[in-house]
Amino acid sequence: MAETSPIRYSFGGDEHLFAEVSDSMSLEAFFKGMAVTRAVERLALEGVLDVCLANASFQIRFDPDRIAPHVLLDAVQTAEAQAVAERTLHTRIIEIPVLYNDPWTHETLMRFRDRHQDPSGTDLEYAARINGLADVDAFIAAHSGAPWFVSMVGFVAGLPFMFQMVERERQLQVPKYLRPRTDTPKLTLGHGGCFGCIYSVRGAGGYQMFGVTPAPIYDPAQQLAYLKEHMVFFRPGDIVQFKPMDRDAYDRAVAEVDAGRFALRIRPVEFSLDAFLADPIGYPKTLQEALA
Amino acid sequence: MIKVLKPGLATSVQDLGREGYYHLGIPPSGALVQYALSAANHLVGNPVGAAGLECTLIGPELQFQQDALVALSGALMSPRLDGEVVHQDTAFQVRAGQVLRFEFPKAGARTYLAVAGGIDVPLVLGSRSTYTLGALGGFQGRRLQEGDELPIGEASGTGRPGNSLPMALRRSVGGDITLRVVPGLYYERLTDAAKSSFFAEPWTVGSEADRIGYRFKGGSALSFQPREQPFGAGSDPSNIVDSCYPIGSIQVPAGLEPIVLHRDAVSGGGYAMIGTVISADLDLIGQMQPNQRAGFVAVTLEQALEARRIYKKRLKIMSGLFAG
Repeated sequence: MAETSPIRYSFGGDEHLFAEVSDSMSLEAFFKGMAVTRAVERLALEGVLDVCLANASFQIRFDPDRIAPHVLLDAVQTAEAQAVAERTLHTRIIEIPVLYNDPWTHETLMRFRDRHQDPSGTDLEYAARINGLADVDAFIAAHSGAPWFVSMVGFVAGLPFMFQMVERERQLQVPKYLRPRTDTPKLTLGHGGCFGCIYSVRGAGGYQMFGVTPAPIYDPAQQLAYLKEHMVFFRPGDIVQFKPMDRDAYDRAVAEVDAGRFALRIRPVEFSLDAFLADPIGYPKTLQEALA
Repeated sequence: MIKVLKPGLATSVQDLGREGYYHLGIPPSGALVQYALSAANHLVGNPVGAAGLECTLIGPELQFQQDALVALSGALMSPRLDGEVVHQDTAFQVRAGQVLRFEFPKAGARTYLAVAGGIDVPLVLGSRSTYTLGALGGFQGRRLQEGDELPIGEASGTGRPGNSLPMALRRSVGGDITLRVVPGLYYERLTDAAKSSFFAEPWTVGSEADRIGYRFKGGSALSFQPREQPFGAGSDPSNIVDSCYPIGSIQVPAGLEPIVLHRDAVSGGGYAMIGTVISADLDLIGQMQPNQRAGFVAVTLEQALEARRIYKKRLKIMSGLFAG
């Protein structure tokens, strides 16, 4: 189970060191990447501009005028050898309310139907069918039934990639659109491969669309209390629990966002990788209890 | 103030960019042609990192509301001030009320306008650069629009009309371009045939070419070695588990058309990257027009670093020339 193979390093030109922890996605690989990147951040190396953690890999952007590429590689490999992959994580669990099957993503998915695998249905109907679930309600129950790990922030500003805390056999998987859309509503819940996401801004996208959240997660104007600290809300390691809401609740939440009063339910939590691996069905429920 | 009479195709406020937020999906942004913005700034006596305007293909029409010292560097866009020709790479005085216009570039794709004092928009995350996808920085987080009024900062007073960049420090634009690439990242996933055809065949710039990335067409499709796709990677052989993308990295979705990411890059995604254009050649991409011919040549990391030293040395000579 443990990721014992060494990290594969490759230079991305003269300004990036790219590191592939594993070619497949797993929480083990994510935790190892997190441990090494945190160790590298602690070194506070002169010339390191950005340490970017991804799902099962990471990248360091650097200024080669200030640190020679091979000096950086040596330092990172030393950090890798010394980093003990952290098996527990002090983090937070965040409840994200979602209007599944909403009119805006529905309008959008109908507009781009010719780019989809199943032009006769909706993204939710398609995702339910290919994941062997009875219907859209069963899919929504699975999607919102177990929490998700934020395993990467990026693509565009503040967009979280999320990996659901279930055994591999129960992981929801869908292909991306055959050809990417040129439009996706802001705050759409998307899904591609095994990853969920929340589109932080309106724009192009290729993930299947399941719903929208009223909760802004990126705002350069930092209007809401939970965005005061930083315009980007999510960080890798955050845990997300989706909560289905109806249209009335959605409209009320949007009014609160517009009035600057909207708040998210956020609780501190400690995640144990070993406890999860030992009991992947029961353990996530204990995390959900923190939100109660 | 500078009043925008016509915005042009894609005019935006840019400085040399912001570092340190790529891990949150916020790319460096900043002038695609860093050398040209640096030159224009030196000519008007600005610090090298002052904010200017990046004018792309169809330039803006700008009316100055105050006297100003201005310089242009980059693509050859036949600038005229109230109808009078003004010269590239030479500072010139503008009087309040005068209008600056451009034509479609004879060569290159982007020209940079520096004004003494710089474009005085607020610093956001340490930079005045516009990141359009994130509606961040620059003038209200977007490209310029008709009627915008751009504030000008306080001039240093060291710039002089007629300040001119020596010929040896001017960079020619246009013609066939060869981009130097360090192969790597997921390069080994390509078949041997694809590895050789990518570097051997000529390419042309596609119509999708902007600050996020440049798409190339005309070469053979690139095949990836067949494999059982790893969990989470997606079904196409060009797919990987979503990872970070280096600035300058080359991805080839479905093996069809290579895309080179630039300074407004999407920070990550699920397409295998086969190498990275070296930092010294990123400026060249910023000056490429759609349909321009290009080729790729493989270099080592050591060669990339040597090219960077030469590039930086020119910048240093330039700043030495205008210091004090």
